[in-house]
Amino acid sequence: MQRKSSNLEIWVVLAVALFVIIVFPSLNAFTADGSWLHVSNFTITLYGKYLCYAMLAISVDLLWGYTGLLSLGQALFFSLGGYMMGMYLMRMIGDLGQYHQPIPDFLVFLGWSTLPTFWKPFASFPFALLTAVLLPGVLSGIFGYLAFRSRIRGVYFAILTQALTYAACLLFFRNSLLLGGNNGFTDFKFILGYDIREASTKRGLFIATGIALLLVYLLCKWLTKTKFGKVQRAIRDSENRVMFSGYSTANFKLFIFVLASLIASLAGVLYVPQVGIINPSEMSPDKSLEAVVWVSVGGRGTLIGPIIGAFAVNGMKSWATRSYPDMWLLLLGTMFILVTVFMPKGIVGLPAQLQGVYQKFTAKKMKAEPVSVTPDAAVQPVKPE
Amino acid sequence: MDQKRGLCVHSVSVQTRRGEQGRGPKTSAPFYKEPILKFLSILLCGILSVLAAQAQDESAVREKLAHAVLSGSADQPKLVGELADTGSKIVHDVLIAWTRDGVFIFETNNVRIPVLLEEQTDANGNARAIRIDDGKFLVDDQKKELHFAATDLNALDTDARLRTVIQQTLDSLALSDPDPDARENAILKLGNSHKLNNISVLQARLAKEKNPAVVRAINEAIAMLQLGDADPQVQITAAQQLAALKSIGSLDMLKALAENKSSPPAVVQAAKIATSRINEHVVAVNFFGTIFRGLSLGSILLIVTLGLAITFGLMGIINMAHGEMIAIGAYTTYVVQNLFGSGFAFSINLPFHFFGHPVGFGLSLPGMNATGWWYESYFLFALPLSFLMAALAGLALERSVIRFLYRRPLESLLATWGVSLVMQQLFRMVFGANNVQVSSPSWLLGHFTLNDVSMGYNRVFVIVFAVLIVIGTWMLLTKTPLGLLIRAVMQNRDMASCMGVRTARVNMMTFAFGSGLAGLAGAFLSQIGNVGPSLGQSYIVDSFMTVVVGGVGSIVGTVYAAVGIGTSDQVLQQVTGSPVTGKIVVLVCIILFLQWKPGGLFSIRSRSLD
Repeated sequence: MQRKSSNLEIWVVLAVALFVIIVFPSLNAFTADGSWLHVSNFTITLYGKYLCYAMLAISVDLLWGYTGLLSLGQALFFSLGGYMMGMYLMRMIGDLGQYHQPIPDFLVFLGWSTLPTFWKPFASFPFALLTAVLLPGVLSGIFGYLAFRSRIRGVYFAILTQALTYAACLLFFRNSLLLGGNNGFTDFKFILGYDIREASTKRGLFIATGIALLLVYLLCKWLTKTKFGKVQRAIRDSENRVMFSGYSTANFKLFIFVLASLIASLAGVLYVPQVGIINPSEMSPDKSLEAVVWVSVGGRGTLIGPIIGAFAVNGMKSWATRSYPDMWLLLLGTMFILVTVFMPKGIVGLPAQLQGVYQKFTAKKMKAEPVSVTPDAAVQPVKPE
Repeated sequence: MDQKRGLCVHSVSVQTRRGEQGRGPKTSAPFYKEPILKFLSILLCGILSVLAAQAQDESAVREKLAHAVLSGSADQPKLVGELADTGSKIVHDVLIAWTRDGVFIFETNNVRIPVLLEEQTDANGNARAIRIDDGKFLVDDQKKELHFAATDLNALDTDARLRTVIQQTLDSLALSDPDPDARENAILKLGNSHKLNNISVLQARLAKEKNPAVVRAINEAIAMLQLGDADPQVQITAAQQLAALKSIGSLDMLKALAENKSSPPAVVQAAKIATSRINEHVVAVNFFGTIFRGLSLGSILLIVTLGLAITFGLMGIINMAHGEMIAIGAYTTYVVQNLFGSGFAFSINLPFHFFGHPVGFGLSLPGMNATGWWYESYFLFALPLSFLMAALAGLALERSVIRFLYRRPLESLLATWGVSLVMQQLFRMVFGANNVQVSSPSWLLGHFTLNDVSMGYNRVFVIVFAVLIVIGTWMLLTKTPLGLLIRAVMQNRDMASCMGVRTARVNMMTFAFGSGLAGLAGAFLSQIGNVGPSLGQSYIVDSFMTVVVGGVGSIVGTVYAAVGIGTSDQVLQQVTGSPVTGKIVVLVCIILFLQWKPGGLFSIRSRSLD
């Protein structure tokens, strides 16, 4: 039963992914501007952004939903990837900036006339990609090693990762770091020789993001199905038992933490050229929490949930910030409270939850024993003790 | 004078009436009220007589001044020099106007009247004239005020000699200013003037000065001037004197003297010794200043964190809306301030329509338009109110959201973050997105200087209050029945419930108390920093770190951690030279510290596993 539905999920995801990767860009490229089938450039960029967010959400879910580690540092790794890509894109501007100098505008503004040394290799795309892997990987490796070695878990892990993100955020706001200060990087021109503002480049980026998300999804699907995935979930449910059974839980967690940071970084790499800006506010603790909201709304502990959540919440955000700009935060906050308290399984778990309520309802009628569907978290709010 | 006597009589009569009342059953009332009334009446009489004396002085001064202005240029320097002893503001103003050609002579019927022109001019560019001899406006025969342009009148001339005298008089006038701070500033200016002839002025003042701080400043200034003396012996004595006074202000002068190639070696030696001694003093002052700022920052952190130490440390609830509880306290202070002032009103329009009518709500509270000490005391009312408001908000939060999440701490983090978003937005809608202005009562403004270390009253107040709050919380938790229940429920909720403790109610009370403490913190923060919708956000990461470092569940640990983090933050700011770098270093240090002691400073030992 479990396997069947799981296979079904994969097929559905593959079908949707093919549709998104092939049909969407085609509609953008091959239909006329006024046609009802036409997908505008704006929509392509917007959905490309959502795809990146979905990838970030999967990284959060891999940690939180599968391993029970609530990391509030995913926005940091996301932005680190974004910054590395941003540095490459800044180099690609060349002397087309405001000041017509061969170095980025903000460096001219800060009084530099030559490029600082660490900026030099970023003209190479492979090097930028390499640092986008290495920097978050090494940082998460060191932090994870320290944290898991001293058995920091649960709430403390969340608070510590939040502090790490906060510290990094403060650091990146400084001009003396030579990474653009609070304005960050923007005004990109070229990527790999293509004009970044061209519709075709946007389509290409969209397709690349779609494929990357599909690959990440398949990787995580495979990983969670293996024995490794089982240990991972066992750690979530009772870490001490796993430890006493002879598993080195710290190593398992470290691996997952680094993997999740790399996924987040990849999302950041793809995010920056599509959105066209990266600045330190992207790595504030709030952004991490927002990613947690997507997972929570979509349904944690599943891989399809984060994707649904990222699309649902961000779609709503795009709509609400345009129609009711004052109300958006109220809406997001209220939604989050309600989902956390009343829908612990999110959108994905909603059918099962409703089924459970229905069965309870009918069982009561028949005076039979109530059927518990979800064993751990309560379907209905737990009565105060 | 009549008025004064009348007032005294009046208060005495009040006093007797009180006395008669007191002969009833309550004999204790007049016992302490009588002396107070007597004291007040004496004080009032004193103030009135001082005012009268001042008025008398003023007219005498004005007469002298007018005489000096009107007399011939031969007598003027002498007469102006005599004005130095008056210490009057009027003399200062007139002399300054004189040097700027702003004193005029109005001549009519062979009477010469010295006048100043008002700064404010009418539509024609003319201004009213103020008589120097009595301070009234110049009027004609029909008692109509006269208006002049500066060109209509003859400005009084000055020559070089007179200007020198005026400048000297102004300097010594400043030295006899009734405000000791102003005197000190004037003395400092003279000390830095490099003019040896100022020494005599200062010495003349030294003989009259009684304020010890000003005496010290005069000595310092004299020594600073003597550094420029031609006699090496005087210079050496001056340097030694400055070293003994630990004069920071003379450091630059001494350095210049030590590096001056032409000065004799003995003087250079003395200057070097003095420089090094003063430098030591500077290091000590900076050190104690940093410690003081660190302590006050630690106290702020402590007040902010104490509420969290209860909700997070004792109850295990991650309340991300704790920062908004702080903001509630700060905004309550703001509203109370406005109620004492001109009132408070807000209105919100929702972006919906109900049968064509815009939907919204608002509130308008009238203000008391209080002034003086009554307005200044608003803060005392704001303190308990901010506690109360935040506690009520905490109560509502606990009942509506948190009680469902006691067994899911990670999710309490998420849900309360949602609450925090909603509350921030509500603040924005009610109070606006910009910071609001909370003015500190005057008794919290200002500072005092202790051995060159300047301490703000508000910071001292915060330190004292932090100590009081910690003692209060500790007493509540350890000495009261409620505290016993709280500790029982927090240690083992199920067991306490089995013993008949109504855990739901205790949870509610505890959470409300913790939130109330956050509100108190907000009231203090409103006196120190800006009050805006995201006020709480800037403290939330710090305060969680403080609780974790101190050891979750340990109030003592929180105290140590708050003071420790606050002080090291200030020290690192000094060392690294930037607040942000200091903060980053602190955060990294905390992460490393938790490697060494994962449970925090005071971890509670337990055999239980999750």
